Formats: sequence, structure tokens, C-alpha cells
Amino acid sequence: MSTETLTKKDAFKIYLLRLADDRLILGQRMSEWCGHGPVLEEDLALANMALDLIGHASSLYAYAAEIEGEGHDEDYFAYFRDDYEFTNLQLCELPNDDFAFTIARQFLFSSFSYYQYEQLKDSKDEQFSGMINKHLKEIKYHLRHSRDWVLKLGDGTDESHKKIQEAFDELWMYVGELFFTDGVNEMMLAEGNGADLLSFKEEWKKLVEDTFTEATLTVPDWDQFMMKGSRGGMHTEHLGLMLAQMQFLRRSHPDADWQ
Amino acid sequence: MSTKTIHTEEQIWEFIREVTDPEIPVLNIIEMGIARGVEISETGKVLIRITPTYSGCPAMNAIEKMVKEKLEEKNIEDFEVKLDFSEAWTTDWMTEEAKAKLKDYGIAPPEKTVSDDDFLKSLSGTKIVPCPFCDSFETELQSQFGSTACKSQYFCNSCHQPFEHFKCI
Repeated sequence: MSTETLTKKDAFKIYLLRLADDRLILGQRMSEWCGHGPVLEEDLALANMALDLIGHASSLYAYAAEIEGEGHDEDYFAYFRDDYEFTNLQLCELPNDDFAFTIARQFLFSSFSYYQYEQLKDSKDEQFSGMINKHLKEIKYHLRHSRDWVLKLGDGTDESHKKIQEAFDELWMYVGELFFTDGVNEMMLAEGNGADLLSFKEEWKKLVEDTFTEATLTVPDWDQFMMKGSRGGMHTEHLGLMLAQMQFLRRSHPDADWQ
Repeated sequence: MSTKTIHTEEQIWEFIREVTDPEIPVLNIIEMGIARGVEISETGKVLIRITPTYSGCPAMNAIEKMVKEKLEEKNIEDFEVKLDFSEAWTTDWMTEEAKAKLKDYGIAPPEKTVSDDDFLKSLSGTKIVPCPFCDSFETELQSQFGSTACKSQYFCNSCHQPFEHFKCI
């Protein structure tokens, strides 16, 4: 969408959907661990974080629906859109693989979210900043959890070190997109409701690098090839397969209710 | 047509005091800081604002339903229960009395929240939480997440009991 035709309302909705899509898709991925965690404590931790992320998505979608004003609700955005309409980071949709991969992905996302939310929490829109402040408290626990595990696995056994290093190497081409900005971000920033991603990029990199050093891991090349396009609806093959599973029941029985 | 009784805010607060948290039945939703406000309109319509503790708290729907049922039980027909996200819930909203009840129930209560300015610096440290059973400080964190999102898991090395700590947010 060109910025010439973008209204403030459109920008806000798109912005909320991007935030929500990241969290729904990652939350859905994390929920796949439920009943499969390596130990009971981690099973609970991963399921709890999935619940938090889906909760964040739910409130962001509900607000997007309110701003859009076309009678949609949060379920509409989650269940009745196709893969090309989702604008989540490709990082969030990647299959869980093993525990190390899940933790590595979670660390990259949580640390990025932390800085992003630290800026968003002072947004002018009160309803928006209210929910952001709430999510931020929970994100801090996610960051603490995943960082602890990066340290344990990196500075653990030869096998755990190898696995978490390989996970980061594999994930690296998906981190470039974290800092993607376009007219939507600019318009939100101008309205006092956005996060200036580039302003904290160096700080975020430092947190990642310091954690890697402590975990005896090697930081992959920041200048390597990076994937792009997800904020415009371009995804890996994994998203469609995941949505098929996530959405089929709702689409088969669109009026089904919990009552 | 019967004449409508108009309740006072105090009466409504007393009614919702009877609604307990489904996950922590020793506390009611006022002590938990979940019930945020009661307003009575000129026509007598009751508006109750509640806020979730955690974004994904599965007990929220149950609590909303329990509040509605309580009002119906008290023969109040004209009411609205509204979810309020304007202020993020904090464990500081729990009363001292509530924290004492939590401890008696076997859950280590949350301490007062501290400024978050040093969050990044605090990433490496762990917090010492006294055991709710024997008050020992010889405890260790087992997991940041417990049976619900609002609790973490600890183990007491003195009385050898696992226990939960209500996270401080």
C-alpha cells in the first residue's frame, strides 16, 4: 500500500495486525509443545508463554477490529484470513524443531519485543498503551526465561552447545526483518503511537552479543543474506500448513460456540 | 410491573466480595485487585469494571461469568460487566490481608514491585523467596512458570517442599 493513500486509521489497524500476527503465530507454535516438553516444568513454561502470546494477540486484534469498525472481531482476524493476509515475521512461523531451536527463536523474539514495547508503552493512544504496559510485564518473564536457557544450553554440554549454536545459525537469516520499517511505522511514529525500531537496534544487538559471549556462543554474521517480505504477506511454506491446522475447525463450523 | 430497586455502590461491592478467584479460592476478586470499579447510573444500571491479571488468563471468562451470576442471584437485571484494560494489573493492588491469606494457603505472596529501570541489569540475578511453610530463605527457583501464568515454582531446601510463588508484576 502506498503511503499516499494510507489513512491514519488504516495505518493503526495494519500496525496492530502486525503486532498481533507475530504473537498469534508464535503462540500457536509454542502451544504445539504442550504435552511434549522435555521436562514438566518446561512443558508448563512453554504452554504458559503460548497463552500469554495468544492473549496479547487477542487484545490487539480486538482493538484492530474496533478501529476498523466493520463489525469484525478477534476471531475473524485469526481464523478467516489466508496466509498472504498475515503479516507476522517469518521468524515466528518456523516449525519448532527441537527445544534448542524453540528457545533460540524465543530469545530473539522476546528480546526484540522487550525493546519494541519499552517504546510503545508511552504511546499517546491510552487504550493501546494500556494493553502494551500489560503485555510488557509478561514479556519480561519470557525474556528472562529464554535468556536463562540460552546460557544453560550454550555453556552446557558439548551436545547442548552444538544444538543451540546451530539453531541460531539457522535462524539468523530471519532477524533482518525485525527492523523492517515502512510508511505504516512512520505514520504511527508521527502520531505518537509507534516504536522507532532503528533507535534501539544497536542496544538490542549488544544484549544479544553479550548473552552469546556469556553463553560461549559465536555471533553469526549480521551482514549475511536476510529474508524479507513478511510485513507484506510473503511467508515460508510453513505458515500455510500451520494455518490449515489452526483454522480448519473454525472454518468448518463458523458459528460454533463454547456455550 | 414491579418497581426497580436502585442499589448503592457499597451494596454492589458487598455482592461482588462473594465472588472468589477460581484458581485461588481463598481470595475474592476485590482482594485480588481484579474488580476495579462499580458505577450506578441514574436509571440504576450497574456497571462493573474488571481487569485480567494476565493477558491470557483462562480464568477471566469464568470470573466474568461468576460476577454476572452473582448479580442475577441478587435480582439485579440491568447491569454490564466490562473488561478494563486501561491500567495494567499489578500485584501491588493485592491487599496485605490478601497476601497473608495467600501465604496461609501455601503460596508465597508477591513482594512490592520495584522500579523496572534496572530490568536488563537484573536479568542475571535471581530473587530469594522465603518458603511459605517454614519461612526459610534456603529456597531455589525451579521454573519461572508454574501451574498458572501468575505463579513460578520454587523448592525449599530446608523443609524439602515444593511451593509456588505469586509472581510480582
